[in-house]
Amino acid sequence: MPSRKLIIDGREIEADDSLTLLQACERAGGEIPRFCYHERLSVAGNCRMCLVEWVGAPKPQASCALQVRDIFPNKDGTPAKINTNSQVARKAREGVMEFLLINHPLDCPICDQGGECDLQDQAMGYGRAAFNRFRENKRAVEDKYMGPLVATTMTRCIQCTRCVRFATEVAGVPDLGATGRGEDMEITTYLEKAFASELSGNVVDLCPVGALTSKPYAFNARPWELRHTESIDVMDAQGCNIRVDTRGREVMRVLPRLNEEVNEEWISDKARHACDGLARQRLDRPYIRKGGKLQPATWAEAFAAIAARVSTTKPERMAAIVGDLAAAEEIKALKDLMVSLGAKNLDCRQDGAKVGGQRQSYLFNTTIAGVEAADAILLVGVNPRWEAPVLNARFRKAWLSGNVQIAGLGVRSNQTYPVTDIGADVATLEQIASGGHMFAAVLRDAKRPMIVVGASTVARADGAEILRLAAKIAADTGMIGPAGGAAAGGWNGFNVLHTAASRVGALDLGFVPGEGGRDVAAIVDGAQKGEIDFIYLLGADEFDVAHLGRAFIVYQGSHGDAGAHHADVVLPGAAYTEKDGLYVNFEGRVQRARRATFPPGEAKEDWAILRALSDVLGKRLPYDNLDALRAAITADAPHFADRGEIVPHGGAGTTNWGAVGSAGQFDTTLPLGSAMTDFYLTNPIARASVTMAACSREFVTGSSGAVSGSVPRAAE
Amino acid sequence: MLADHDRIFTNIYGLEDISLEGAMSRGLWDGTKKILELGPERICDEMKKSGLRGRGGAGFATGLKWTFMPKEVKDRPHYLVVNADESEPGTCKDRDIMRNDPHHLIEGCLIASFAMRAHTCYIYIRGEFIRERQRLQAAIDECYAAKLIGKSNIHGWDFELFVHHGAGAYVCGEETALLESFEGKKGQPRMKPPFPANMGIYGCPTTVNNVESIAVVPTIMRRGAEWFAGIGRPNNTGTKLFCISGHVNKPCTVEEGLGITMRELIERYAGGVRGGWDNLLAVIPGGASCPMIPKSVCDGVIMDFDALKAVNSSLGTAAVIVMDKSTDLLRVISRLAYFYKHESCGQCTPCREGTGWMWRVMKRLETGDARVEEIDQLMEVTKQIEGHVICGLGDAAGWPIQGLIRHFRPELERRIAERQKMAAE
Repeated sequence: MPSRKLIIDGREIEADDSLTLLQACERAGGEIPRFCYHERLSVAGNCRMCLVEWVGAPKPQASCALQVRDIFPNKDGTPAKINTNSQVARKAREGVMEFLLINHPLDCPICDQGGECDLQDQAMGYGRAAFNRFRENKRAVEDKYMGPLVATTMTRCIQCTRCVRFATEVAGVPDLGATGRGEDMEITTYLEKAFASELSGNVVDLCPVGALTSKPYAFNARPWELRHTESIDVMDAQGCNIRVDTRGREVMRVLPRLNEEVNEEWISDKARHACDGLARQRLDRPYIRKGGKLQPATWAEAFAAIAARVSTTKPERMAAIVGDLAAAEEIKALKDLMVSLGAKNLDCRQDGAKVGGQRQSYLFNTTIAGVEAADAILLVGVNPRWEAPVLNARFRKAWLSGNVQIAGLGVRSNQTYPVTDIGADVATLEQIASGGHMFAAVLRDAKRPMIVVGASTVARADGAEILRLAAKIAADTGMIGPAGGAAAGGWNGFNVLHTAASRVGALDLGFVPGEGGRDVAAIVDGAQKGEIDFIYLLGADEFDVAHLGRAFIVYQGSHGDAGAHHADVVLPGAAYTEKDGLYVNFEGRVQRARRATFPPGEAKEDWAILRALSDVLGKRLPYDNLDALRAAITADAPHFADRGEIVPHGGAGTTNWGAVGSAGQFDTTLPLGSAMTDFYLTNPIARASVTMAACSREFVTGSSGAVSGSVPRAAE
Repeated sequence: MLADHDRIFTNIYGLEDISLEGAMSRGLWDGTKKILELGPERICDEMKKSGLRGRGGAGFATGLKWTFMPKEVKDRPHYLVVNADESEPGTCKDRDIMRNDPHHLIEGCLIASFAMRAHTCYIYIRGEFIRERQRLQAAIDECYAAKLIGKSNIHGWDFELFVHHGAGAYVCGEETALLESFEGKKGQPRMKPPFPANMGIYGCPTTVNNVESIAVVPTIMRRGAEWFAGIGRPNNTGTKLFCISGHVNKPCTVEEGLGITMRELIERYAGGVRGGWDNLLAVIPGGASCPMIPKSVCDGVIMDFDALKAVNSSLGTAAVIVMDKSTDLLRVISRLAYFYKHESCGQCTPCREGTGWMWRVMKRLETGDARVEEIDQLMEVTKQIEGHVICGLGDAAGWPIQGLIRHFRPELERRIAERQKMAAE
């Protein structure tokens, strides 16, 4: 990589030509203030705050927009001198700061951005103290409606256009723009409609001032009152890195955390705003059904009721189902407990997905960061925009780079990048597998092709056959490339895109039917026929809970959703923000969620409930604390020790691709497609969230008034 | 005084036949093929030797600018874009070229495009210029019909010429904003570097030239660089269209050699200042953005780039705005400040916020409703914008105010004192 010498603040450094001057200055230890510049967005160069002095140049230079390669050495051959903190630079920035402030309302005391505002912070450094010479009236700008999540106070806007660039470039939804010119320039959604993106909340983080703030969080807390906990999101299976901000026992908000390999610095609106659901519909004490109604009970009574039932039930008439939000710890504990009772009817695939077995056959092997290297993508029965919005931004990034062809089989047409529609017929997949379809040639010719099969597609009745064909396509078109990660030249283009945060972890731990055991469909069937008498639901709400016949149902979970309504005993568990847990994302990356607050009332951490129950059942689990439990998990599946890392692709020989899925009959009457009908209401926490309900009304069912913009506050 | 036979624009008033036939009878399109046969390097050399400086205001050497284009056409085609977005208050030369003498421009486009190895040229014409566009388009159509331009024309250089109509924004006269607007985007200047010669329209090498700069090219090539360089002083050579407006007896656009004294220019061509030379108060010598100069400076100044720079002003587009002693200079400058506030694109902070601020202060100074120290503050605000912005509009917005304060500060203070006295009574 070509580079050149620069003298920045008196220190000579070797700067890479591909850097901007701002980046070079930062590497040299200088601190450059900025408003419009953002690493992940295109360079606008309009705020003029990052001006630095290039000794010899007639005027200060905007360091964000100047490439190092455009800086030529002095005439005598000595390296160019850049000063980031000289009189010239400071004076220029002070001038810019004054211009930014003259029309800014300075309403910090009533502004939600107060305390974490770039303008506030930088005014401390570059504002002229006790210096006010602006005698005119300040500009006032009408507020805009941007939907149920983004509150606007447009008078505060400094026209940095970060939000506009985010909407156009990352979200791929050109709903935001600037109208008017000069001092009348305004950021707007043009038609007073909501900002229709699943990533819309990120503009609140991007906004350097208080023009765009979080509507559900409005006037709820000040940043210095909050305690921050670094954790992992469970609203989808991507494992986005989040920071949970709590005040007392309440989760006030969720923000993204930087992780280049997973979510860069974005999170979906569901990850960000479903947190008000953590305070609603909570199970905060045990219940036992008496006379057809759930009655409050003590832990001892609840355990006794379970013990009484278990002692009279044969193991083959017992079953356990793991829900979508469970962490690895409770999955392991439940599995150990059920196995010790002799039960084999275990399943973690509420939707009936035909996945399991060899690890690579159920992972998103390309990895999230690897998507950027792909040059041909075949999407099969998946809606990435809803099933993994942040991953979808990577697809868009790959598409923006201009080197990728994307085709969709049963993919909705409203993705944020063009997808060549090759129909929705399952038979087309067979044509591609046999090489007869035109896209088969594209995949064969591509250097790094990938296939993505949706979670609800492998859950179809013919899911195993679809999976078999996908694996055949992968093996035949060179998707299974050399070993190693995409950055190191390796490639594995076979991907299953899960939507349940618990799924990969549960599959890794083998929470699937044992020898001769029943899967979810067979458990339901058995319960209806009276062959299953006892079902343990670990947060399982997403299957046909209402039709479990006369079986005795234990529901352990955090929210009073479908499962709890049909339970005979309810054990109150902890939500994802209330427990330390390991989650494995769809890439197979083990990440640790941390407890940000305590479970409400008498609710307990889930693994501890199972440990206590095992004692009552006389099958004491062999771990007394989290460390011992995690050691047991690691003994089962060694990759759980590598937190944050993924097991690199081991090359073509590590997986028997011919054995993935199983041959069967297609159902050609059923078109391919994602089964997710409402992005905002996919799990018990989201369904309990007022904000998510408002989003669903605004963006999915479309029955909201859409103009007034009044949405009930989240945490009232 | 420039001799008639040295004038380039022989039909600038539209008194002769403007058709292709008429233009040819005045010597246009004569031996164009021979000029092209010189080859791109020779043409660029001639242009450099002629000393032609860009006529759009900044005065950058035209020949030198052409050589910034890549020497070979690689994967990206080259383009010439002619800036016909003439919107500087006081300037009205390009419109006269386009409506009365368009063939100079069209022939110039062909030669300049050839010199820069471009097969396509776009003329970006100001939104308000409806008739001008019609006349220009008619002339282009004539040339296509006569196979002077177009595919396999008689000159042997395939050449397409298109007129693109802007939407009437002053800032689109800035070359990179023009390119953005041309591409169908919001007319906002781009960051430089990369310069248009490297990344212009659609990311291809592009040169943007003023109408007049291109329109004089055929005559320079026909009569030779020495002829052009022989007019005016070194570094300030050639003839120039001067637009004289304001308080003169006969406002006009006239072609003269650079280096004519301002007094002679006004008295010979514009019938003198209304009420005589002694009734002169101040002159804005080069279009709205140039700082004004008072009569005392006007007395001896000559009209070229370096001489006007030496008196802290600029030749700009050579639009001479004459103001006699009946003029309220504060009103003039406050109106210009409003113009810049209205035309600022709003992209970068200093210009967006500063132009409005300056206008409001000027508005108050106009009535004297201000404090004396605000004059210095205003001066500082203009300096605080200057050099900190993406394009030249922010700089230009401050210059008229700087000119006013530099030369007429007593008048500003008198207004304030008068107002305070009135308030006290």
